[in-house]
Amino acid sequence: MHLLLSPMQQTDKLISPSVNWGSLTPLLVLLGAGLVLLVGAALSARGWAKGLYATLTAAAAVAAGVLQFVLWNSTVHHGPKSLVGEALVVDGPSLFIGISICAALLLAALVTDDYLRREDIDSPEVYGLYLMAALGGLVMAASNDLIVLFLGLEVLSIALYVLAASHRKRIESQEAGLKYFILGGFSSAFFLYGVALVYGATGTTRLRGPESIKTALALTVETDKHRALLVVGVALLLVGLAFKVAAVPFHSWTPDVYQGAPTPVTGFMASAAKAAAFGALLRSVVLSMPELRDDWRPAIWVLAILTLVIGSTLAVVQTNVKRMLAYSSISHAGFILVGIEAAAHGGESGDRGIASVLFYVLTYAVLVSGTFAVSTLVGRSGDGAHGLDSYRGLGRQRPVLALALAVFLLAQAGVPLTSGFVAKFSVITAAADASSYAIAIIAMLAAVIGAFLYLRIIVSMFLEDGDAEGERVSIPFGTGAAIGISVAFTLVVGFFPGWLLELARDAATRLY
Amino acid sequence: MLTDQNWVLSVGVFLPLAGVLVMMFIPKSDELLVKFVGLLAALATLGIGIYTLAEFDYGQAEKLQFAVNTSWIDVIHSRYIVGLDGLSLPLYILSMVITVLVMIYSWNHVPSPGNPKAFYMLMLVLQVGMAGTFVAQDLVLFFVFFEIVLLPMYFMIGVWGGENRQYASLKFFLYTMFGSAFMLVAFLALFFKTGGTTFSMTQLADLVQQKYAEGGLTSTTMNLIFAGMALGFAVKVPMFPFHTWLPDAHTQAPTQGSVILAAILLKLGTYGFVRIALPILPQAAKVFAPWIGLLSVIGIIYGAWCCLAQTDMKRLIAFSSVAHMGFVMLGISTLTSYGINAAMFGMVAHGLITGMLFFVAGSVKDRYHTLEIKRLSGMLKQVPKLGWIMGFAAMASLGLPGLAGFWGEFPAILSAFEPAKGNVDLAIGPLSVNLYRTFMIIASIGTVFAAGYLLWLYQRTAFGTPTAEFAGLGADADDQDDHAHGAHDAHEGAEDTGHADGHHEKLHDVGIFEWIAWAPMLAAIVFFGVYPQAMFKVFDPAVSLISKKFGG
Repeated sequence: MHLLLSPMQQTDKLISPSVNWGSLTPLLVLLGAGLVLLVGAALSARGWAKGLYATLTAAAAVAAGVLQFVLWNSTVHHGPKSLVGEALVVDGPSLFIGISICAALLLAALVTDDYLRREDIDSPEVYGLYLMAALGGLVMAASNDLIVLFLGLEVLSIALYVLAASHRKRIESQEAGLKYFILGGFSSAFFLYGVALVYGATGTTRLRGPESIKTALALTVETDKHRALLVVGVALLLVGLAFKVAAVPFHSWTPDVYQGAPTPVTGFMASAAKAAAFGALLRSVVLSMPELRDDWRPAIWVLAILTLVIGSTLAVVQTNVKRMLAYSSISHAGFILVGIEAAAHGGESGDRGIASVLFYVLTYAVLVSGTFAVSTLVGRSGDGAHGLDSYRGLGRQRPVLALALAVFLLAQAGVPLTSGFVAKFSVITAAADASSYAIAIIAMLAAVIGAFLYLRIIVSMFLEDGDAEGERVSIPFGTGAAIGISVAFTLVVGFFPGWLLELARDAATRLY
Repeated sequence: MLTDQNWVLSVGVFLPLAGVLVMMFIPKSDELLVKFVGLLAALATLGIGIYTLAEFDYGQAEKLQFAVNTSWIDVIHSRYIVGLDGLSLPLYILSMVITVLVMIYSWNHVPSPGNPKAFYMLMLVLQVGMAGTFVAQDLVLFFVFFEIVLLPMYFMIGVWGGENRQYASLKFFLYTMFGSAFMLVAFLALFFKTGGTTFSMTQLADLVQQKYAEGGLTSTTMNLIFAGMALGFAVKVPMFPFHTWLPDAHTQAPTQGSVILAAILLKLGTYGFVRIALPILPQAAKVFAPWIGLLSVIGIIYGAWCCLAQTDMKRLIAFSSVAHMGFVMLGISTLTSYGINAAMFGMVAHGLITGMLFFVAGSVKDRYHTLEIKRLSGMLKQVPKLGWIMGFAAMASLGLPGLAGFWGEFPAILSAFEPAKGNVDLAIGPLSVNLYRTFMIIASIGTVFAAGYLLWLYQRTAFGTPTAEFAGLGADADDQDDHAHGAHDAHEGAEDTGHADGHHEKLHDVGIFEWIAWAPMLAAIVFFGVYPQAMFKVFDPAVSLISKKFGG
């Protein structure tokens, strides 16, 4: 564990920090499940029984989620705390985002099981990688140190590169993996360089707490000398994370990778990876460098507006549904950035902003998982039928499936009585509270442009004559369950958003 | 005495959902049962509505009655506040009546491609949204209901509409959403700028004045917030430059959709002005009033000219809506009690009359399979009852005294003679009398055009002899036979709607379901035409409360 020590604490003799194992259990469960899968499957000659890999993964996701609920309970009673020599924290945002990631993992595992068997490439590696990616995401969301954050980022990213390329029979999948890897490698390098510069300017990589970047910035005496270094460092950190959340102008990988990657993996990327990256953005910049906000908030503002406008506009001209959803996920990232921008104002409106980001991340993770689950089924065997034509007449062929997709799409468009509306509403409220009216109006207009895209798919399903091309869409149990869970969540939160909003608000105020 | 029956509105709004739930479990093939349950739910809702009418205290029509104020989503400070006053009551009831009538009409007129289950369910959901909008007293609740209305109508146009339905339904959805985008931001700005603790309309109205007096709220801010709201409502009304979605939506929508759209949905916009924009931001309303007035008279003239140019009957009626809503908005823009009363009356009257015209247009389309004016002729000969009803509705629409249309149009024009005088207490100056008198003159020219296009329409379609392609198919050919098979023919008509042109079955006159659906509307047009006081006295106390802010 001494790798996790922050440089400030290094003395002649290494002092091992006390490890609070109890609070690490969610991470350990995911790690353990991943190792069991990989080692166990390697040792058994014939492979496991059908569906066992996915069951184990889903069970691990549920267990990690439940453990985080338990931790949340203790956070409510005993307050947030730090672990492993302040390298990790257990607090409201980290647990909220952690639970979002676990939800995404559960849904992804359910969908992937059917997918891999349909494509006849069933193997344990994919699940092992899912678990590793989720582990990385959890670390990112809970890190209190830039180095640890980077470790989480790399664990997540490397797993995702491989996952993107995991459909061995499809050349597009390989291409997506390679593209993601090369561009992702760049972004990691940017991020790491940023870490180095910030360390140079502040003398620490710890984010919050005693002797951290936050306290160093508050003192200002020392950091003023290295201000330029610091600002460039923060800019590089932003570049690295903006790449991960797919914010414009660092989005160019998204459409290609989303389109090429196996559809369940795309869903996982759009939900879990995005949640983790936003968690990291909150932690590393928004919460740790409030004193520097006049320097970086304009950057977030510009990122948000570009992301909203370009994401939703380019989505409209696509004809491939996975590409459409890729651009729509970019535009959703823009919405979350609106919340981040509000969070950057600090104070009460800042808390509102953090809460809106958390709420958006969770609801979007479920929504997008459900959307890509439907898309997985419509893709049919070969995972290639993703044109708008493939959705034509789905309303007649598979009314329930089409209805579920309609719910997801309308929620993404922000129609009332769905979780998507509440999410958009809370983000816009936070922006209005922070007096960022320009950004709020632009976000709403982007939502209108985006609605066109979602309606196009709905039009295809219900309003256009003719039958869907290719074979009849089959709905296996696991995927059906994932879709059902997502629909139920979307509608329940849409009708009764109070409890979840409160939870997000509590999480936002229980910061380490 | 104000009643404390606070369940009335919630039940009245959400009862249709119970119908939807029941219908979900009925198989799609059992069409009769589906229609029956749908109609029953709508009738039960109307029953609650009638109970509301009976229990409403008309002596205190300016007060919110049946009010409920309970927590809803505490985290975002939105509360479940509903209440009914004289402003909302007629529109609230109208929405229920129209839904029932449209359902009766749909009994044998489910448009192609069929599926009455989905069609009836959508109408019930639509009813929830419409009724909810009229009783919501919390801005977020209002917004939610306002938006809920969009979806069922989108699907109604998109699935059951005409050939160009996809384009029309998308345009409808995106336009309205565009407006709501600004509206929502305006609501939020209002909340945060006034430091409100809830989104309650009355609370925010008080806070605005308080903050304005303290100097915490500048007039620029208020103007911007008003502009945001006004944009949202203006798209829905629709006012002149934002009206382009309306002709497309109306032309492509099925008859039922057109009727609901004209009768209720357009009123959500004008109602929003009167309920939210004017009372909450009176100072800004005064600033914008002349501009609203200007756009209104442009709408009146422009709508009328467009009507004269139309070759499609339904499109013509749609453009006439633009003109009529222009009169309504002109009345509102005078900011006087007289004008707003006229506007409120105009809303209900336009709902009944234009709804009726769309019903007639739908039935014409059922029979002739076309709405092209030049192909229609001699309706009075072939389907005399339908022809007469159309004549009646056209007369009502052009504002014939003695019918309901008159009381919306004429006082609205007259009110422009003397616009609001201003209110020193609220620092609201008077509106320019000269400007409004100019508006008045232009608007009255508009009535001449209105008479022109409606009479011309009537003359071209109802008078004369039937065109060659429909000659000999009329109900006049053998009257006895028609009576015997009236009901049977009506049924056939519903199934034949999908037939291509060129093949015509015999034309039949107004059927039994049409009579049931139309009679209440026809009666109401006459009743409110002869006795407008019945409605004015409901509006007036609540309207006076608003116009008092502007010195009227």
